[in-house]
Amino acid sequence: MEENKTPEINPEEKKVVQAPSKPAKSLDWKAIFGKMLHSQMLIPVVAMLALLIFNLVNDPSFFAIKYGPNSVGDNVFTGNLITIFDKGAELAILAIGMTLVTAACGGQDISVGATIAIAGSAILRVVRGSEISPDTLQNPLILGFLVGCLAVIACGAFNGILVAYFKIQPMVATLILFTAGRSIAAWINQNQLPNIKDPTFGYYGGFIPGVPIATPIIISIICFIVIALVLRFTTLGLYAQSVGINEQSSRLNGINPTLIKFITFVILGICVAVCGLIKVSRISTINYSSVAKDIEMDAILAVALGGNALGGGKFSIKASVLGAYVIQLLTTTLYTKKVNSAAISAYKAIVVIILVVISAPVVRELFAKLKVKLSKKMARAGKKVA
Amino acid sequence: MKNSKALSAVKDKVQKMSDTSLLLTITIVVFVLMYLGAIIFEGEGFLKAQTFLDILNNNSALLIVSCGMSLVMITGGIDISVGGVVALTSMSCAVVLDLKNGSIFEAILVALFIGLAFGVVQGYLVAYLGIQPFIVTLAGMFFARGMTTIVHAKPFNVVHEGLNKLKDSRIVIPGLGYTNKHGKYIDAKIEIGVVVALVVVFVMFILLRWTKKGRHFYAVGGNRQSALMLGVNVKRTVFLSHVVCGLLAGIAGFVFFLHVGSGSPSHAQGMEMNAIASSIIGGTMLTGGVGNIIGTLFGVLSLCTIQNIVASAGLDDAWWIGITIAAMLCLFLVIQSVVMKVRKKMTKS
Repeated sequence: MEENKTPEINPEEKKVVQAPSKPAKSLDWKAIFGKMLHSQMLIPVVAMLALLIFNLVNDPSFFAIKYGPNSVGDNVFTGNLITIFDKGAELAILAIGMTLVTAACGGQDISVGATIAIAGSAILRVVRGSEISPDTLQNPLILGFLVGCLAVIACGAFNGILVAYFKIQPMVATLILFTAGRSIAAWINQNQLPNIKDPTFGYYGGFIPGVPIATPIIISIICFIVIALVLRFTTLGLYAQSVGINEQSSRLNGINPTLIKFITFVILGICVAVCGLIKVSRISTINYSSVAKDIEMDAILAVALGGNALGGGKFSIKASVLGAYVIQLLTTTLYTKKVNSAAISAYKAIVVIILVVISAPVVRELFAKLKVKLSKKMARAGKKVA
Repeated sequence: MKNSKALSAVKDKVQKMSDTSLLLTITIVVFVLMYLGAIIFEGEGFLKAQTFLDILNNNSALLIVSCGMSLVMITGGIDISVGGVVALTSMSCAVVLDLKNGSIFEAILVALFIGLAFGVVQGYLVAYLGIQPFIVTLAGMFFARGMTTIVHAKPFNVVHEGLNKLKDSRIVIPGLGYTNKHGKYIDAKIEIGVVVALVVVFVMFILLRWTKKGRHFYAVGGNRQSALMLGVNVKRTVFLSHVVCGLLAGIAGFVFFLHVGSGSPSHAQGMEMNAIASSIIGGTMLTGGVGNIIGTLFGVLSLCTIQNIVASAGLDDAWWIGITIAAMLCLFLVIQSVVMKVRKKMTKS
């Protein structure tokens, strides 16, 4: 949210800041660029641009978007770019909650993958009624979603209580649900695999007839709007940030750190419920041990790529969401290059390490020193010429 | 009034204990209670020495990994790449022995090299470039898991004469055997991996307890700033903790390979979390500065005993194991948190 202050800079300053950077035509662009260089968005934006350019050079057809009938016969948009926003929806939604938890608690929730399984299992349990594989929905989906929501909010509350009241580190506290979550999910459905054949159940992970955009994209956009409104019109963001930076002094300033931490975990719970709905809707069934596997690691990566301090404090949800899409873009790019799906993680690791090393403070300092040296040399050279 | 006197004596003792030994005591007490409970409720199976030794046999790799994990956690970091490194090492050893027809010695070298390489790279990134250990080792985990499939995509069993000999060799412990139904005496046996694991535990215990270098790890984990003021080379200590952890992960990879005798990308799945869990149960705190290798040993034993209890209680539906481990973890964490809180209050008053 901090990046919106661009208009306040007066034009003369902009020129000074912007002199050495790339030539930009309109003043507004310059301002945005100048702000960018010092903002959290730098790393995810650069990474995304690099990946896009790589794709453009390598295979321009990567960007093709087709409009045509899908397997059911509806006219929909398809293409790699759409796939990224479609498949990356869950990760982006999770990144919202994870960023808030990271900011307020100075730690990460590693149980989200397992709690997604719980949410999905609970939704299926309600929707399937007494049968295991009904042809139609036995209970309205909204009821199922609410139950799933309640289940994961309870999980979030459990984590929140451990973290906020018992002062256990988030990663350790959520390790409990990380180990138990998938087992609980299997227990909810007595280890059976329900399969909902009703086509309306698949709308939330696929397409609603008549709407050409995949539903997960729409859901994720709704989530972004909601969270943007919440942060704009409440003090939650500010409070979370201050609790993360210094718990003691925020308490002295009248903020209740325990409550704030608890709330962030509950918000993450809601995000998880939405992801659970999308996940089970995509395949109309669930695999307890593999649904949303390792998504917690990806979500934490998204937060880290977004330049957020993992130790809590300053945060930018925009940057995290962008980080999430960078991860998805990387995955999709590798898929189009026919990389074995199990080997993708190795490439992912290399890219992540490069990004983190570039953004490491030590390396940044080194760059800054080099820059100063270079500019001095340039100045000397300039004088000699003169 | 006698009662209150005894109570105050206990209070006094508890106050004098360091955090580390207090948590260690809790761990050992809970483990002993749990094992006694298992003997009483689950029958005499748990009374046999072999049952106990089998827990060690099946989990020697986890024990080694947990020692490394405890060291990193004491220094105030975390290493979640160990499970991946174990998988990568065992797969590489399998490939060296089976497909490349190498010798056991070569396989051991490969294992040590992989572990050391991971430790050095991660340690450098964490200590000297100041990147968060979680992210570095997360990337390490992804890399190791990915590399495992790149090295060899499909799981396979190793056929190698020397390996089979080593794999099947057992060390007999005299006096701990039992007589079975047919009146035949069966010796209590342990695998070679257990010996390696116990040596690692012993060495790490000595290192952390009685050497200057070992105390540095505690100092850095407890308070980086004051450790720096006291002249401890903080960066090098952090670096070393990761190197040792990586090296131990490599050794654990070979021990794991020796136990299963196959290579597979899905080996050691979730081992890092089990290692973290057993370190925590053993009284190591993720905040750093507190922990004990003996505690870790008991942490691993507790974790594995509870799995055995669940299995022998007939609740062998896979989900029960996850839930009981989580419940135990929860119990320990809450006990730790409450005890520390009470202690803080006691020392204040």
